[in-house]
Amino acid sequence: MVGVFFAYFALVSIVAAVLTVSLRHPVHCGLALLTLLLHVSGLFVLLNAEFIWAVQVIVYAGAILVLYLFVLMLLNLKTDERYFHSSYPYFIVPAALGSVYVLFLLLQSPFDGVKGDAPVTAILEGGDTYAVGIKMFSDHILQFEIVGIFLLGAIIGAIVLAKAPRTMGDVGGKR
Amino acid sequence: MVPLSAYVAVSAVLFMTGLLGVLIRRNFIIVLMSVEIMMNAANINLVAFSHYLESMSGQLVALFNIAIAAGEAAIGLAIIVVVFRGKISTNVDEMNLLKW
Repeated sequence: MVGVFFAYFALVSIVAAVLTVSLRHPVHCGLALLTLLLHVSGLFVLLNAEFIWAVQVIVYAGAILVLYLFVLMLLNLKTDERYFHSSYPYFIVPAALGSVYVLFLLLQSPFDGVKGDAPVTAILEGGDTYAVGIKMFSDHILQFEIVGIFLLGAIIGAIVLAKAPRTMGDVGGKR
Repeated sequence: MVPLSAYVAVSAVLFMTGLLGVLIRRNFIIVLMSVEIMMNAANINLVAFSHYLESMSGQLVALFNIAIAAGEAAIGLAIIVVVFRGKISTNVDEMNLLKW
């Protein structure tokens, strides 16, 4: 049963990614990206990561994608006639060959490593959100603070960049 | 039970697709969307290894990765708005102001 869900989420993710890269109109690309993000969040549910699932739906599909669609609406783009790079066949063939080779290597390699201290039963006992919170506010508190400062800087930078510049006439005058 | 290599393979295909989008698309907004695809591929990898190796750190790094993706989208779209205001184009080939 998990395999069926995994196959569905994985196939739709890959198809949506290809559509995002290959569709002509930017709004269609944004909607394909939305499909991709929601199905990737489905993969997170299969991996017992409910908190990452919620963050993915809220932040990615809720905030970032709305930002993209808002900018698309603001710019009101004309569709370019030549919308691929002029030499794109030279990129596609090596990318396809590289993908096949990497898949061949990945599907036959036995991944293993040192097991950590959070087995599935321990996570299911208190819930994934509890486990993430305990880990974040004990071992990873410095990264948490750094991400907070980073987001503050990003907000200030975005506002400063995107603010409408004052024209020469009204410098110092009333607006 | 889905093996770990299946998740890694899905992640690799998504990453290759995003990389191809960054290389061949000419619209700056689509290039940023391709970067988001690549970040999602990295997140799948992190959460999958976190699940199969029974450690929480992967999920936390995925969480920080999502926060960084949000900041990157905000800054990138602000840069697009600034460039579009000056040149009326979002074509990456025509953004050559800093080219020497």
